Amino acid sequence: MADLKCTIAGIETINPFWLASAPPTDKYINVVRAFEAGWGGVVWKTLAVDPPVINTSSRYGAHKDGNQGILGINNIELISDRPLETNLEEIRRVRKEWPDRVIIGSMMAVIEEDVWKDLAKKIAASGVHGMELNFGCPHGMCERGMGSAIGQVPEMVEQVTRWVKEAIDIPVFVKLTPNITNILWSAEAAQRGGADAVSLINTINSIITVDLDKMAPTPTVDGKGTHGGYCGSAVKPIALNMVAEISRNPETKDLPISAIGGIETWRDAAEFLALGADALQVCTAAMLYGHRIVDDMKTGLSDWMDAQGYTSIDAFKGMAVPNVVDWNELNMNFDTKAFIDPESCIECGRCHIACEDTAHQAIVFDVAEDGKRSFTVDNDECVGCNLCQIVCPVPDCIEMRDVPTDKPYMTWPEHPLNPIKAAT
Amino acid sequence: MGHRPVTSKGCGHASPAEINANFADLHEPFSGLQAKAEASRCLYCYDAPCIQACPTSIDIPGFIHEITTGNNSGAAKTILSQNIMGGTCARACPTEVLCEQACVLNASDEQPVEIGLLQRHAVDHLMAKNEAHPFKRAESSGKTIAVVGAGPSGLSCAHRAAMLGHDVVVYEAKPKSGGLNEYGLAAYKMVDDFARREVDFLLGIGGIEIRHEQRLGDTLTLDTLKADHDAVFLGIGLGQTNGLRIEGEDMGGVLDAVDFIEALRQSNDKSKLCVGEDVIVIGAGNTAIDAAVQSKRLGADNVTLVYRRGEAQMSATEFEVDLARTNGVNIRLWSAPVEITGRGAVEAMKFEKMTLDGDKLVGTGKHYELPADMVLKAIGQKMDTGPVNGFTIDGNKLTIGDNFETSVAGVFAGGDCIKSGEDLTVQAVEDGKQAAHAIDTYLGGEG
Ligand SMILES: Cc1cc2nc3c(=O)[nH]c(=O)nc-3n(C[C@H](O)[C@H](O)[C@H](O)COP(=O)(O)OP(=O)(O)OC[C@H]3O[C@@H](n4cnc5c(N)ncnc54)[C@H](O)[C@@H]3O)c2cc1C
Ligand SMILES: Cc1cc2nc3c(=O)[nH]c(=O)nc-3n(C[C@H](O)[C@H](O)[C@H](O)COP(=O)(O)O)c2cc1C
Ligand code: SF4
Repeated sequence: MADLKCTIAGIETINPFWLASAPPTDKYINVVRAFEAGWGGVVWKTLAVDPPVINTSSRYGAHKDGNQGILGINNIELISDRPLETNLEEIRRVRKEWPDRVIIGSMMAVIEEDVWKDLAKKIAASGVHGMELNFGCPHGMCERGMGSAIGQVPEMVEQVTRWVKEAIDIPVFVKLTPNITNILWSAEAAQRGGADAVSLINTINSIITVDLDKMAPTPTVDGKGTHGGYCGSAVKPIALNMVAEISRNPETKDLPISAIGGIETWRDAAEFLALGADALQVCTAAMLYGHRIVDDMKTGLSDWMDAQGYTSIDAFKGMAVPNVVDWNELNMNFDTKAFIDPESCIECGRCHIACEDTAHQAIVFDVAEDGKRSFTVDNDECVGCNLCQIVCPVPDCIEMRDVPTDKPYMTWPEHPLNPIKAAT
Repeated sequence: MGHRPVTSKGCGHASPAEINANFADLHEPFSGLQAKAEASRCLYCYDAPCIQACPTSIDIPGFIHEITTGNNSGAAKTILSQNIMGGTCARACPTEVLCEQACVLNASDEQPVEIGLLQRHAVDHLMAKNEAHPFKRAESSGKTIAVVGAGPSGLSCAHRAAMLGHDVVVYEAKPKSGGLNEYGLAAYKMVDDFARREVDFLLGIGGIEIRHEQRLGDTLTLDTLKADHDAVFLGIGLGQTNGLRIEGEDMGGVLDAVDFIEALRQSNDKSKLCVGEDVIVIGAGNTAIDAAVQSKRLGADNVTLVYRRGEAQMSATEFEVDLARTNGVNIRLWSAPVEITGRGAVEAMKFEKMTLDGDKLVGTGKHYELPADMVLKAIGQKMDTGPVNGFTIDGNKLTIGDNFETSVAGVFAGGDCIKSGEDLTVQAVEDGKQAAHAIDTYLGGEG
C-alpha cells in the first residue's frame, strides 16, 4: 500500500483528502463523523464576526443528466449561521479528540484591517493548523462587500492576505474565486501578500435550472431565485485548468495548492495531484454520497500508485505540468486516426452519424447482404478529432492510432502556412 | 415478468381472488423511475436495427430519447404516427423476435432494451391524459371508403384513411370492434378493457363510422359496398379453424381454442367459467400456448400441450414456451392425435408416438392415451373464403399486388387474410396503414 501521507504549507496530513469549508464541516458532529470515516482534515465552515448570518429556506439546486445522475449542484447558502464562540469551542474539542487530523479555520470579513486581524487571532487561538481566507463566496456575502467582492480585486486580495499574515503565525491559505478572467492575477496577488498556499476553486456563479411552472430560477425562495455557487463533478475541468495555470506559471509555480472542484473519485484526485496540487479538498461528493466516499479515494489512489510504482504522492506530484503547454507549442505534424475494431463493434452507428453530420464524413457505413452493418474509417478524410471515440458506447472499440511520421516537431509559429511567419 | 399463484381446483372453481391475480397484467407496467432508467440504457443508435425489425418502423431510439427527457406525450406521438395501435402492440408483440431481438445490446451480452414496456409507458401516458386526439385530418376528399372488419388491419386502415381526408364506414360482423384484440389476445395481455379503450381513442380522429353485426357475405354484398363507396378494404382475418379430422372430434368438451379464448375474453366473471380438470391442447403456436396457459390460470388441474413434432419446430416463440412451462403446462412432443374417446363427452385422447425418417414425419406404431375432459384444438386458422368468392386466392390468402389491391379492382386487403409477414397484430396494423396510402393514391390523392 503506497503511503498517502503528504505535507502542504508545512502542515502534515495522513492523507491528501480534506473536506472543504461547507456544510460537511459546519459543526462538531459532522467533522467527527468525517474523521471517523477517514478524512485527513477539514477546513471548518467559514466564520465571521457575530451576529451570525441568517440563511434562506430552499438553498440548493441540481443539474442532472437524463438518468437522475447529478452533474453538479449550486447553492445560495451563506457562511456559518451559528455564533462564533460556539464554533470555536467545538474546534477546540475536536482538535483535542483527533490530534492526528488537520483542522484549518476559514474566515471572511468586510475590508477593514482591525476586523480581519481580530477575527484571525480569535480563530487561531482555538488551535487550528492554518487559516483559509474565503475570498470566493459568489452570492450573498459579496453583496455585503465580502467573499468574491474581495477575491475579484487583486489589490484587495494582496492587502487582506498581508493583514492576516501580520496578525497570526500559522500558515495562511487564500481561497480563490473562479469568477474572474485570469486566475493568475489573484494567485500572484495572494503570493505577494505572503500567502503560504492557495485553495481553489470556490464555487462558480450560476443559475442551475429554471422552474418552468414558477417561471423562476431554482432554488426558488417564495417565487424568486438568485444566482448561486456551482460545484461538483461538472466544475472539475474548470478547476483543473486553473490549478494547471498556477502550477506552470513561473511566478507561482512554487506556491502550494490545495485543489478543490468536482473531486469525486481517486482518479479525479490523481489528476489534480499530477497537475501540481499538494493536497485536495472535497465538498459536493461528500454532500451527495456521505463521508464514506473517501474510502474509494484512498484505496483507489494507493492501488493506482502501487501499480505505477509511486511510493509517495511526491513521486508523481506535478508530473503532468511540463506537458501542459500553450496551443502554439503543439506539434502540427502529429497525426492520429480513428480505428474501429470490427470484433467489438456492436453496430450502433453512433460514430457514423456523429462524423457524418458534424465532423468530416470519414466513417463509411455499409450493410452487407446478410444485414450485417459495418463502419469503417476512411483515413483520407479522418482528421483525428476523437469525436467518434467519444460517442462510442463500447469501451476500447474505437482506438485513435498515431500515424508514424518522419516529419519534425513543428509548432504553428514555425509553420510555413502561418501568415504571420510568412510576413516576417 | 410477474410470477403469480397458479392454483388448480378442478373445473372452473378458482376463487375470484385467484382469478384476479392470475389474469392481472402479464408484465407489470413501468413506474416513471423504471421507465427513465430503462430508457437511459438505449444507445440512440443511428439507422437503428430495431426500427427495421419493427413491421411498422416506429422510430424507436427517437421515442426512447423523448422518454429520457420527460417528453412522454411526444414519445407517444412518435409511436402512434407509425402505429396507431402502439398500445396493443406494446402489450402483445413478440418483441423477443422483433425489435428487442435486433437491439445492438444483444451483441455485447447485455439484455436488450425493454422496448415493449417503454412503448406501453409512453402510449398509456398519452391515453390517460384523455386529451384531444393527437392527429388531424386532411381537408375532406369527398370520397368514402368501406372497410370490412374492425380488427387491427381494418381499424388501422380506417384511421389512416380518415387522416388522409376520406370518410370511412367500417362493417363488422361481431357486436364489438377490435377483432382479435377484443376476442383473441390472451386476457393477461389486455387487462382493463384495453382493446375497447384503444378503439375509442383511435376513433377520436373523426370521420369513421362503425356498423356492427354487418357480415359481408350475408345480406351485405360486395356489390353494395362498391356501389356505396369509392373503394373497399378487406381486413377479415382468419374466420375459420383447421380440424383434426379424427374420430371423436365432434364430442362434447372438444372445442376450438379460439372459441374457448373468445368466451374467456368476453366473460364478465372468469371465476364462473368452466374449464376441464384434465385439459389437452393440440398445437404448437402461440394460440396453443395462450389456450394452455389460460386454462391453467382458470384452475385446470392438468394441462398438457401435445405436438406432433419437436420443440425446435414449434412456431411459438421461446418466451411463450417458457411461459407455458412456468405456468405448469406439460408439453408432450412427437405425438400425433389418433382418436378422441368417451361416452358423449370426451374422456380420453389417444396419440401415436412420432419420429423423423429423414425429413419425413412418420408414426412409430406406439400408442398411448391421456385422460381428458376438455380438448382445445389450436392447429391453425384459415380464411373463410365464402365472403371473397371469385377473388384470386393463393394458399388460402387473398392475392394482392404491390399496392394491396386484390384481383378485384378497387378492392384492397390486408392483415391475416393476405400474405404479407407473420400473422401478428403489428403486421396487420402496418398492412392497414400501407393499404390506406395505396387507396389514397387510387382515389387520386398523393398517397
Ligand atoms: C388466440 C390468438 C392469440 C394471438 N396472440 C397474438 C399476440 O399475442 N401477439 C400478436 O401480435 N398477434 C397475436 N395473434 C395474431 C393477431 O391477433 C392477428 O394477427 C391480428 O388480429 C390480425 O388482424 P386482422 O385485422 O387481420 O384480423 P382480425 O383481428 O381477425 O380481425 C378481423 C375482423 O374482421 C371481422 N370479420 C371477419 N369476417 C367478416 C365479414 N365477412 N364481414 C364483416 N366482418 C368480418 C371479424 O369479426 C374481426 O373483427 C393472436 C391470434 C390468436 C388467434
Ligand atoms: C452548500 C455549500 C456551501 C458552501 N459554503 C462555503 C463556505 O462557507 N466557505 C467556503 O470557503 N466555501 C464554501 N463552499 C464551497 C466549497 O468549499 C468548495 O470550494 C466548492 O463546493 C467546490 O468543491 P466541490 O466541487 O468538491 O463541491 C460551499 C459549497 C457548498 C455546496
Ligand atoms: S476522429 Fe473525427 S474525423 Fe476521424 S473518423 Fe472519428 S469522428 Fe470522423
